[in-house]
Amino acid sequence: MTHPVVLAAGAAATTQSIAFWVLAIGSVGAALGMVLARKAVHCAMLLAFVMLTLAIMYAMQGAPFLAFVQVIVYTGAVLMLFLFVLMIVGVTSADSVTETIKGQRLAAGLAGIGLLVLLSLVVGQAVIGPAAPGGPNFGSANVGAIAALIFTTYVFPFEVTSALLITAALGAMVLAHRERTSPRPTQRDLSIRRMTGGRPAPLPGPGTYARHNAVDMPAMLPDGSAARLSVSAVMGVRAVSGITIAGLDELAVPQAPALGETPAAGDTGDTGDTSGPAAGTGGQEER
Amino acid sequence: MTGSVAASRAPSAAVMTTLQAVGVQRAAWLLLAFPLAGAVILLFGGKRTNGWGHLLGVAMPVAAFGYGVVAFAAMLGYPASQRGRDLTMFRWIDVGQFHVNLGLQLDPLSISFVLLVTGVGSLIHIFAVGYMADDPERRRFFGYMNLFLAAMLLLVLADNYLALYAGWEGVGLASYLLIGFWQYKPAAATAAKKAFIANRVGDAGLSLAIMLMFATFGTVSFTGVFHAAHTASQPEVTALGLLLLLGACGKSAQLPLQSWLLDAMEGPTPVSALIHAATMVTAGVYLIVRSSPIFNLSTDARLAVTIVGAATLLFGAIIGCAKDDIKKALAGSTMSQIGYMMLAAGLGPAGYVFAIAHLLAHGFFKAGLFLGAGSVKHEMNDEVDMRRFGGLRKIMPVTFVTFLFGYLAIIGVPPFSGFFTKDGIIEVAFDKGGTSGFILGCAALLGAGITAFYMTRVMFMTFAGQRRWEDDAHPHEAPAVMTVPMVLLAVGSLGAGAFLILGSRFGDFLAPVTGTAPPSKGLFTVPGLAALVLVVIGVGIAWAMYGRREIPVTAPAGGFVTVAARKDLYGDAINESVLMRPGQWLTRLSVYADNRGVDGIVNTLAATMGGTSGRLRRMQTGFVRSYALSMFVGAVLLVGALLLVKL
Amino acid sequence: MISPAHYVALAVILFVIGAVGVLVRRNAIVIFMCVELMLNAVNLAFVAFARLHGNLDGQVIAFFVMVVAASEVVVGLAILTSIFRTRKSASVDDANLLKY
Repeated sequence: MTHPVVLAAGAAATTQSIAFWVLAIGSVGAALGMVLARKAVHCAMLLAFVMLTLAIMYAMQGAPFLAFVQVIVYTGAVLMLFLFVLMIVGVTSADSVTETIKGQRLAAGLAGIGLLVLLSLVVGQAVIGPAAPGGPNFGSANVGAIAALIFTTYVFPFEVTSALLITAALGAMVLAHRERTSPRPTQRDLSIRRMTGGRPAPLPGPGTYARHNAVDMPAMLPDGSAARLSVSAVMGVRAVSGITIAGLDELAVPQAPALGETPAAGDTGDTGDTSGPAAGTGGQEER
Repeated sequence: MTGSVAASRAPSAAVMTTLQAVGVQRAAWLLLAFPLAGAVILLFGGKRTNGWGHLLGVAMPVAAFGYGVVAFAAMLGYPASQRGRDLTMFRWIDVGQFHVNLGLQLDPLSISFVLLVTGVGSLIHIFAVGYMADDPERRRFFGYMNLFLAAMLLLVLADNYLALYAGWEGVGLASYLLIGFWQYKPAAATAAKKAFIANRVGDAGLSLAIMLMFATFGTVSFTGVFHAAHTASQPEVTALGLLLLLGACGKSAQLPLQSWLLDAMEGPTPVSALIHAATMVTAGVYLIVRSSPIFNLSTDARLAVTIVGAATLLFGAIIGCAKDDIKKALAGSTMSQIGYMMLAAGLGPAGYVFAIAHLLAHGFFKAGLFLGAGSVKHEMNDEVDMRRFGGLRKIMPVTFVTFLFGYLAIIGVPPFSGFFTKDGIIEVAFDKGGTSGFILGCAALLGAGITAFYMTRVMFMTFAGQRRWEDDAHPHEAPAVMTVPMVLLAVGSLGAGAFLILGSRFGDFLAPVTGTAPPSKGLFTVPGLAALVLVVIGVGIAWAMYGRREIPVTAPAGGFVTVAARKDLYGDAINESVLMRPGQWLTRLSVYADNRGVDGIVNTLAATMGGTSGRLRRMQTGFVRSYALSMFVGAVLLVGALLLVKL
Repeated sequence: MISPAHYVALAVILFVIGAVGVLVRRNAIVIFMCVELMLNAVNLAFVAFARLHGNLDGQVIAFFVMVVAASEVVVGLAILTSIFRTRKSASVDDANLLKY
């Protein structure tokens, strides 16, 4: 079987060059965007795009195994891990544009240009000839050949790397582990806390509306204001549905805050947003 | 150095060959042992020896004197050319090529000094028993006196310059201890320090001379140096002579190191009598006479010696005229008489005999004069101002008569001892010939006249005239323990000069050491008669000023010369402005340079370090990104460097 | 005709972009992602050189780099979360206790 894209020897030159140039410009643009994007999630997505383009390039160069490993392991596992941690840390934690350290950007820019120039000189000096004639190792027999290499020439690094992986997993577990400083509250302790805390009833659950992701949607109190307590504290920090909550608050009649509840924040009147629950509420009142 | 100059000069005939000591002279170390044992016992024994300390202190010099007489008698038994005997006690220093023995040399010169030191010393010790009877520290006093005797005997008996230097330093130490004996008196402590420091300057000259000797001759023993002296070049010999002269000036209180002698009168009177009249101050003259082979080879050094001697004899005489303190007047007189001895010593073989003879005679009459002054002071409740004396002649007859003998001896009235010796010096000075001889002789004559003047003044102010005593003074004659030594010394004042000079007895005795002196021209030569005339004039003027008129109790304001003489002819002022002030400026300059310069450098270094580190510290911003930036820049530079290398 | 030189040049560009990103961004996770970008660029270079030489050693090395990068990400993010828990801030500028 021939894989026109994978087999370098037989692939058409123009196919290769078009593919290369498109992917190259795309990856460079994505990398630049990654460095310049403000929101961290955007950076993660752009990095995923770069990794995928790189996987295609591996494939073009006759490394199918690596291409798949890149997609599965790197993009699929490592980058997702990044996204999980982003969610924990705070999706909206955006960098401000102003730079706190004087001269850092200028120096970084200059250093970057300097490194670019130097490495270009290095690469230019080196005599990099044309690709070697590809054999089956760069195509169908790639997996077998790599396996042969790993388990013969590179078996020792392989074993060491496996030890490294185990150690990394253990390290992650240890680092993420939270040591309890006080004994774990039993059910009795929790119920005592609840009874004496002024809120015997459980917290209200989130509201569910057709257009929005349920978990971060606040429930509505009888007077029409959003129940802050119904949204998990973590999400409250992120305020993904900030617009919705602000809209709700704008329509609500201000009441004295309930026990333990902080007054709803953000009087950013966005009266234009009459979609969904606001309209429903207004509709109900007008009836 | 040696070489071509050697052939032009023959060894001096005055270098005596010394033989080994035999017989009783082999015990010559006893001369050192007796006083040294006395000093050790008394000083280390402490208060336990207070009861009998003074007796031991007297017994030791007497024992030494006894042995000295025995050794002298033994020496007289030898023929004249064999009288130089050497006794090597042990090898002292043995370093590389520097070998020094501790040995004693018994020859006519040293035995004369031994007899003088131990004899007069014993008498003064006996006097001190009575003089210091009221002092609780008498035992310590005798310890120091014995220490002094031991050192002085080492000085005159040494057979090499280094041992002489050891004795030299020892007498300096003893002098310091004894001048400052009454430690509670600030004036005494200061005087002791002044004496020591002035001595030190002279000692520097002597030690440089010894070093020069070793460098030139390879040895410091007398025989070695004197036999090799003619091989040294003229500048070396002259340098040696001048350095030895400097040492002698320090010890003998000659110009320019004379300022300490008058202050040294703060010590007890026996100290003034023994050390600063008879013995220690004459050590300089001994040094010069002993080094005669060196001085014989250099006319310039001898000229320097005579100039110093002549200048000092006039200097001391002028000072002595204006002092109201009896001891200070006598100290001025000592300075002047030693000037005479120096003058004689500088005149070469012709003068050596008279120098030593005058030294011996001076030992007798000056000690006698000082003991007399001490007796007066003791009886007048330690008063020394002559303006508070007067009329003591009838009350202290023995003192008066002994003092009178000493007075007649010092002014040179025949047949007292000073006449023979001092006139001999004046004659030898004139015999030198030429302008220098004439000037020196005239200086000596003038000095004789001034000496007569101020000594007569002392006599009139102390013993004659009205009683100007303090209200609590009740003088009477001194006890026997004090008068007997004075009487014995008076005998010496009377007869010593005649005994030594008549018939060239002493000249012949000393000839093997100093060289043969030209024959004497008889007693009454022109210079001698001129001296007698000046003496009479001086006595007359003093009688007119002090004998006939009343002496005021408070010192009257004097003319320019009197004021200058009261201030020691500005000796102290000159020392201060020439030496002390520049020294202080130098010290201040060094301190300033140290504070600003050295400390400045160190502080600037520290400040630079501090400032630099303070500035470099700002690089630690704490931001991870700036650290990352610096790492990145470093990596870029590394890549660039690698690229360059590859290129 | 695309030779390995092109790929190496691309790898150089991506590497420099990643390096500048590390220095300029303040969010710790974004810095980490820039480091991943650099590693990927190096991997690309390795694969290109493997193609150049005609043997698979470059690919094997790139494979090991991926493995090591994965374990490094795991540990790094674990550290990051534990720091975030105490400091409640993901900005690297807030960890400036080493300031003079």
